[in-house]
Amino acid sequence: MTQAIQTEEKQVFRLPDVLADTATHFCPGCHHGIVHRLLADVLDQLGVVQDTICVASVGCSVFIYNYLLLDTVESPHGRAAAVATGVKRANPENVVFTYQGDGDLAAIGLSEIMYAANRGENMTVVFVNNTVYGMTGGQLAPTTMVGQKTTTSQQGRSFETDGAPLKMTEIIAGLPGVYFSARVAVNNVKNIKKAGKILKKGFANQVQHKGFSFVEFLAACPTNWRMTPVEANERVGGEMIDYFPLGIFKDNDNDGL
Amino acid sequence: MKKNDTNLLVKGNEAIALGAVAAGCECYFAYPITPQSEIPELLSESLVEVGGTFVQAESEIAAANMLLGATACGKRAMTSSSSPGIALKQEAISYMAGSQLPGVIVNICRGGPGLGSIDPSQGDYYQTTRGGGHGDYRTLTLAPASCQEAYDLTIRAFDLAFLYRNPVVVLGDAILGQMKEPIKNWKERVVLDGKGLDWSLSGARNREPRLLKSLYLSDGALAGHNRKLQEKYQAMRKECDWEEYRTQDAELIVVAFGSMGRIAKSAVRKLREKNEKVGLFRPISLYPFPEAPLDRLAAQGKGFLTLENNAGQMVDDVRLAIRRHADSGLHCVLPGHLANPDDLLGPIEEAMPAKAG
Amino acid sequence: MYQDVIIAGFGGQGVMLIGNLLAYAAMDQGLECTFMPVYGVEMRGGTANCTVVLSDEEIGSPIVYSPKSLIVMNQPSVDKFQPRLAIGGVLVANTSIIDPGILEQKRLRTFSVPANSIADKLGTAKMANMVMLGAWLEATGCLALESAQGALDRVFSKQNSRLIPLNEKALKQGAEYVRGV
Ligand SMILES: Cc1ncc(C[n+]2csc(CCOP(=O)(O)OP(=O)(O)O)c2C)c(N)n1
Ligand code: SF4
Repeated sequence: MTQAIQTEEKQVFRLPDVLADTATHFCPGCHHGIVHRLLADVLDQLGVVQDTICVASVGCSVFIYNYLLLDTVESPHGRAAAVATGVKRANPENVVFTYQGDGDLAAIGLSEIMYAANRGENMTVVFVNNTVYGMTGGQLAPTTMVGQKTTTSQQGRSFETDGAPLKMTEIIAGLPGVYFSARVAVNNVKNIKKAGKILKKGFANQVQHKGFSFVEFLAACPTNWRMTPVEANERVGGEMIDYFPLGIFKDNDNDGL
Repeated sequence: MKKNDTNLLVKGNEAIALGAVAAGCECYFAYPITPQSEIPELLSESLVEVGGTFVQAESEIAAANMLLGATACGKRAMTSSSSPGIALKQEAISYMAGSQLPGVIVNICRGGPGLGSIDPSQGDYYQTTRGGGHGDYRTLTLAPASCQEAYDLTIRAFDLAFLYRNPVVVLGDAILGQMKEPIKNWKERVVLDGKGLDWSLSGARNREPRLLKSLYLSDGALAGHNRKLQEKYQAMRKECDWEEYRTQDAELIVVAFGSMGRIAKSAVRKLREKNEKVGLFRPISLYPFPEAPLDRLAAQGKGFLTLENNAGQMVDDVRLAIRRHADSGLHCVLPGHLANPDDLLGPIEEAMPAKAG
Repeated sequence: MYQDVIIAGFGGQGVMLIGNLLAYAAMDQGLECTFMPVYGVEMRGGTANCTVVLSDEEIGSPIVYSPKSLIVMNQPSVDKFQPRLAIGGVLVANTSIIDPGILEQKRLRTFSVPANSIADKLGTAKMANMVMLGAWLEATGCLALESAQGALDRVFSKQNSRLIPLNEKALKQGAEYVRGV
């Protein structure tokens, strides 16, 4: 009798339960899906899935509740930070986060995000910056790069008439009420790993009642950029990171992660 | 203001704030605007004292969306403002109606359009009874005429909001907000923690996740949702509320709501002293509008005169209610003029059926 | 029983305070009452007025165009409100400030009260408002003086409660002045 090969099955990979087993509606090469996945991992690792309330916004990510099986409330376009304030004040024991695009957070919702941050609401904001209004067809966004062509800036964004793209992470970091503000990207494995760590910190801060945490994701929108997924990824790693540098811009822990 | 005083003279605005405390309101969000600022001023202290939360928001838009968030957690919550601020809240009110969230919104109406003035006005009648924001929805609307009623109806607003899972508006004006009257029937604060609700958010612990939304994209989904909402609005009809004063033998019924209703009552009394057969019908719920009792009065052959502190808005609902038997005259006191009983005597006398005949 | 009064004067003369006091006094006597202040822009002009209605029945309008009585503390208020006073109405005017010559005597029951001088003798002209209310209570006879005196602690904060005895006196002297006339 040949010796049986004794191998214990060891699971090295699993999908967190909070992630729905469903097909995605995002375009090929879209980064929203990667950010969703990181969120699922982080909530799972921190063991707070059953305590979490998601505040959805208006944009391509409005269907976040189809992918993350969490208690969720939809907010009007731009108002997620105000809705989340109401949720967190009503239920301080819950983990509360918003998930917002650049049009939602940095244009129509600029007032709401600035004031929630300035009050130091103990919540986490996940900000997905893809430099366009994705859902409505790729119009000029507050974060569109100077020179970038969009459906409403067909000659390219003009600094003279449209101003410069807003660097939200830096702006938020400048507010005294903010505990943590960082920018990450998910364009390669290294950056994804780093982004996961930083996002985890953004949620751990809340669990530890430390205050307002803001995490900006640089994201690709190949569809509205009129690029292939590969080209779009390259744009994030090149032009975008050049203008929107990655890193932690404010951390009251100062532990350098 | 002395607390624990059973017989207390309070402004209408304060009555509303104290009503909210008694109703177990736990979260209140607001942005300052005259003539309702006593509400945030009082609640910033009184609500926090009893363990509630107050946030002075950066705008009315934010305040209304904070209300949306707090009600999503099943909490009794409120916001208040006056006309220009209420216009900004319409976005969130429409979302709350669509997501079936029980927010209470107080509008101490002032003169418009635009910045208008801080004078009393009933110019937001259409806005509040027709939904105010976008889409096919309705908000229950209660219109108090005295400080005691302001207190009682604020409490009722919370009850109705949760009964129907629907936004409820308490509509007053600067007269109600600023006048002082005794409150005699105080209620103990009762806080319902909302934990037993089968729709509110608290984290999906040992149950399926819950979703509060107003977006319905799949084929037929929105129609189904709207049908459900419309059925709910039909069911609300049983909440009709109104006051009748000397209508029984009246030949002319004066219809007026809120402050205008009580100013009209004084005019009716003066005319009764002159043996004019006139009575008052005061709608207390503006949505649902008390159509059936008006129809009943019309069937008795009475005449009607609608009095409003606007350019004529509620008169549409009066005419719809009585259309099978009668029509209504209209006398308007335009916002910017303060109505008083003496000025109403002439228009009412002229509308008496014998004279109008 | 039904009585209404418009109380008018300059801001700072304590018009709102005696309006409140009257409403509390009425309430403590089991009457219905309303107190309606003018507010906001109208107040910025430096004048203030309020309307108080007292009744043993439910009150209709808290706003009155032709009142049954009037307490006026300055000249502009006479110009504005005297013509509106109902025939036979009670006019109580502070003639320390107002020229008695402009007061109608025939159509109205007019009481000229040198409220500032009376209050001065008590130590401070600030209490002219209380003198006026005391005079009005006597002139209309609609509430006992004691009911207003008893309600003083409802309108003065704890820190100012030491002022109550002097204000009681001012109310009394206003009433006595009218009784003596
Ligand atoms: C009040 C209002 N204005 C406009 C819209 C239309 N709208 C829907 S999504 C969107 C912008 C979305 O862009 P972004 O926030 O950048 O998110 P993305 O779709 O790129 O992820 C707009 C303008 C709306 N829903 N509500
Ligand atoms: S349009 Fe852009 S943001 Fe929206 S799903 Fe497609 S790639 Fe993603």
